Amino acid sequence: MLAYLSRRLLFVVPTLFFVSLLIFTLQQLLPGDPAQVMAGEDQRPEVIEYLRAKYHLDQPFPIRYLYWIGGVLQGDLGESIRIGRPVRDLVLEKLPVTAQLAVMAFLIALLIGIPAGIVSAVKNNTVWDYAANAVALWGLSTPNFWLGILLILLFSVELGWLPASGYVPPGEDLAANLEAMILPAFVLGNAIAAVMMRHTRSAMIQVLGQDYVRTARAKGLGERVVIVKHALRNALVPVVTLGALEFGQLLSGAVLTEQVFTIPGFGKLIVDAVFNRDYAVVQGVVLFTATAYITLNLLADIAYFLVNPRLRS
Amino acid sequence: MAVAVLDTLPAEKSPARRALGRLLRRKGAVFGLVVVAIFVAVALAAPLIGPADPSATNWSLIRKPPSWEHPFGTDELGRDVLGRIIWGARASLLAGVVSVSISLALGMPLGLLAGYVGGWVDGLISRVVDGMLACPFLILAIALAAFLGPSLTNAMIAIGVSATPVFVRLTRAQVLNAKVEDYVEAARAVGNPHWRIVLRHILPNVLAPIMVQATLAIAAAIIAEASLSFLGLGQQPPEPSWGSMLDSARRFLSQAPWMAIWPGASIFLVVLAFNLLGDGLRDALDPRQH
Amino acid sequence: MRSVRVLALAGLVALVSSAAAAQHLRIGLAEDPDILDPTLARTFVGRIVFSSLCDKLIDITPDLKIVPQLATGYTISEDGKTVTMKLRQGVTFHDGEPFNAAAAKYSLERHLNMPGSNRRGEIAAISSIETPDDYTIEIHLGSTFAPLLSQLTDRAGMMVSPKAAEALGDKFGTHPVCAGPFKFVERVAQDRIVVERFEQYWDRKNVHLEKITYMPIPDATVRLANLRSGSLDLIERVLPSDFVELKKDPRFKTSAVTELGYQGLTINIANGPGAQQNPLAKDKRIREALELSLDRDAINQVVFEGLFQPGNQWVSPESPWYQKSLPIPKRDVAKAKKLLQEAGMPNPVVDYMVPNDTQSQQVAQVIQAMAKEAGFDLRIRATEFASSLKLAQQGEFDLYQLAWSGRTDPDGNLYNFVGCKGPPALNSSKFCDEEVEKELVAERTAISEAERMKHFEAVARKTLSERPIIYLYHRKWLKAHTTKLTGLVDYPDGLIRVVGLKLQ
Repeated sequence: MLAYLSRRLLFVVPTLFFVSLLIFTLQQLLPGDPAQVMAGEDQRPEVIEYLRAKYHLDQPFPIRYLYWIGGVLQGDLGESIRIGRPVRDLVLEKLPVTAQLAVMAFLIALLIGIPAGIVSAVKNNTVWDYAANAVALWGLSTPNFWLGILLILLFSVELGWLPASGYVPPGEDLAANLEAMILPAFVLGNAIAAVMMRHTRSAMIQVLGQDYVRTARAKGLGERVVIVKHALRNALVPVVTLGALEFGQLLSGAVLTEQVFTIPGFGKLIVDAVFNRDYAVVQGVVLFTATAYITLNLLADIAYFLVNPRLRS
Repeated sequence: MAVAVLDTLPAEKSPARRALGRLLRRKGAVFGLVVVAIFVAVALAAPLIGPADPSATNWSLIRKPPSWEHPFGTDELGRDVLGRIIWGARASLLAGVVSVSISLALGMPLGLLAGYVGGWVDGLISRVVDGMLACPFLILAIALAAFLGPSLTNAMIAIGVSATPVFVRLTRAQVLNAKVEDYVEAARAVGNPHWRIVLRHILPNVLAPIMVQATLAIAAAIIAEASLSFLGLGQQPPEPSWGSMLDSARRFLSQAPWMAIWPGASIFLVVLAFNLLGDGLRDALDPRQH
Repeated sequence: MRSVRVLALAGLVALVSSAAAAQHLRIGLAEDPDILDPTLARTFVGRIVFSSLCDKLIDITPDLKIVPQLATGYTISEDGKTVTMKLRQGVTFHDGEPFNAAAAKYSLERHLNMPGSNRRGEIAAISSIETPDDYTIEIHLGSTFAPLLSQLTDRAGMMVSPKAAEALGDKFGTHPVCAGPFKFVERVAQDRIVVERFEQYWDRKNVHLEKITYMPIPDATVRLANLRSGSLDLIERVLPSDFVELKKDPRFKTSAVTELGYQGLTINIANGPGAQQNPLAKDKRIREALELSLDRDAINQVVFEGLFQPGNQWVSPESPWYQKSLPIPKRDVAKAKKLLQEAGMPNPVVDYMVPNDTQSQQVAQVIQAMAKEAGFDLRIRATEFASSLKLAQQGEFDLYQLAWSGRTDPDGNLYNFVGCKGPPALNSSKFCDEEVEKELVAERTAISEAERMKHFEAVARKTLSERPIIYLYHRKWLKAHTTKLTGLVDYPDGLIRVVGLKLQ
């Protein structure tokens, strides 16, 4: 176990190094000159020159990378050229927002995906199976920005039940916060419910074929008891651990969902930064999320390892 | 597409036929297959059933609701929405199939290499793949598409490259499993060259899960094209794609909802179909169930 | 559906009225402002926020006359090289520092000298600033510069607290301290900017609002949804198609005012190797043919519901600076075809660079279809804004669809775009004409408006026939707000002046 863990930890370093190189290269390759973008409408040559020098944009590629990574290693993610604030502050400001969105979305995905997966496994190849499939798949099959706009039109414009967009910190007003977050969380959760369903379904099918379930059935226990008490409990473990891996996917989905609902989280920060060529922000945020993703992966792996005695040998 | 996939499955005919039988017993998968087939047919027949020029504008017909002449209504430049849906099927299906082909073309060889050769080659490829997987997929695609410039072709490349790591990882895992099977050991024992072992013995046996993944990836790629279009990085006017139609429709949601409903519904249907087909294929090819 | 809507509405009314009692105005912006430092700021949307935070030396009226703000009056010396301003007394900055001649001098010098200042170019004509007494400043110019006063009605005239500016340096934008009616409270990037009433404001009695929240919501549909659901009180840049509907809705008031800027097509005449391949650069008859193939009214009708203002000059036909002797040419496809024949190029293929937003592209597709009737083959190349700047600068285009947000003084819409010294990213046509250049210099140094008008006319005669830019139309600033908001006055600069606003 310890050997396995340390091996995994050892891999984190080169992986992160590659992430930093990848995102830096990709950013720097983007067409257009960030100094020019930042110089605004007026495009004064002296302002452009000044910005180039200030943000080391006049240096060759490897030097710029060293400037950046040097800062990162000292905990300095650089500064947003666009709004003149440290990227670290921006990350800390957005982290709770996206984290809340992700957790809520994850719960919604479980709420849809697990029952759908159970039904699909137990009532395999019946109308129930198809209905469960349809419920889980429809979220995956709709572009989530699109679903978002439709829900806004329905719930805030037509029905007036929920705010159209805008974010309220939970500390300020929890009810308003939940009202603002429920639609985006639903849209986002919907998109990964199908994955949860697939995991649940295959785990259930596997568990239902196991000896102890057969034994329980043979004992004459009701089908409901067998499924809930015996099968589900064992099937859930891999579902939740595998589900943790979907957090990365959530962030991807958050990119557009946050855009539509104007939720000031990572997704919105990063997309706007790509289009504004706000290098330090894109690099900083991607590096941070990648680190978070790798950490989550590692934790999920360890958890999976711990609950799966067979793997330990 | 899906049928062709089945034909290239394991060399022996009977397991493939049995899998096909299992696939056809799942109504969801059959539904998916039929819908995909219909859309492919529509896309291929676009010049026959659609208008000659889906980009031709008519300013006396701007944003007219559905009518006999224009059953899906007209758009912001007076173009027939049905005609653009028909032609747009080409762009959207192409976006799905081409991007996944790119992922496969890049991902399978790398996965085979990593899995079969192992050692530092595997280490290097795996770290790169881990790194790419750690960056949110859509962010990679957006950055790549912005780098290449907004167009359908570039969006397909961006999506294809961003989705590659999944296929590398999947292929590698399958190869690692297959490598220790008896028939591979046997092939090696009789002195077959590596390329022959890989191509003749390993590849055919790892194809099934990859094809399942590919089918699901087509669904994801069509959504991704729509997402990039939403950000202005997909198909560019005047040529239609469902994603770019949705994007233009956003400005007229309350005045001309039909501009948004049909491309939205088309995306939904075809993506759902690919998803159902993919899930069906997985069940059909997964011997665990039987 | 209707009854549900009414019910929901009743609930909302209750909610909104409680907000109204608090005099809290929520404004939906179309973009996220950039850095909130008047010296470094560069976006149009940022100016909307500044109009509540930072007062200027002087301001404009809706018909562009100059009126006092922090300066109570000004005189210009006879040679036009010295502007003397009397400053308002008893004004304090948000941090309690007094506003006086020293602070005014400091602010202007900061605009002039701070590294990376975006204001320097606007007021570079200033050679020195003197403070004969505590409430008088003398601005000396190296040479007369007609647009100077107009510049001081905008960011270049914004006064900042010297103490705060010294303390924060280039971080001043993270917590701006000015002398406007509202003071900065907080900013959450891409989410909101909150300001609250400044009780020591010099015109406090006319400030009725207590708090303003600016919320950037880029998606116009979502912005509108927020207005409709009552989460916002005022939105800017309403889509023309939505505007038509909102006008009929008794719950909302709308306002439309023609912008100071323009939308046009820049033609690459002499910029880099791109110009050599550009058919439009080869023969001015081809440029004329392109203009004649376009029907500006039809563009306005098809894309903007007829709400915008067609135009053919750098100022709109409603502006006092518009040259009435040079009206909008009528569409004439036959003549356009003939001109192309004469130029020996009946079917020119043109690379047409267009921003990748759907509205610009709709305009582009209309233009493409119109030009096609005359024989042009315009190939639309959608380009991200950030990339287009560099491509424009390097001349990698034949035809470039460009928007300019506009300046109070017409010089701000002209000099940098057709003058030989214009920054390469703005004069991307690389148009440089001796006669035009002479007139531009004369226009800038002239003292009387009538004299300037003559020089502008000469520039117009030449540039409208040489066509480095084909001006197409002027947007209108379309705003909508709840009927509870009163006191909103429309200014052609599109900004929202908050003094006098009140929620009922």
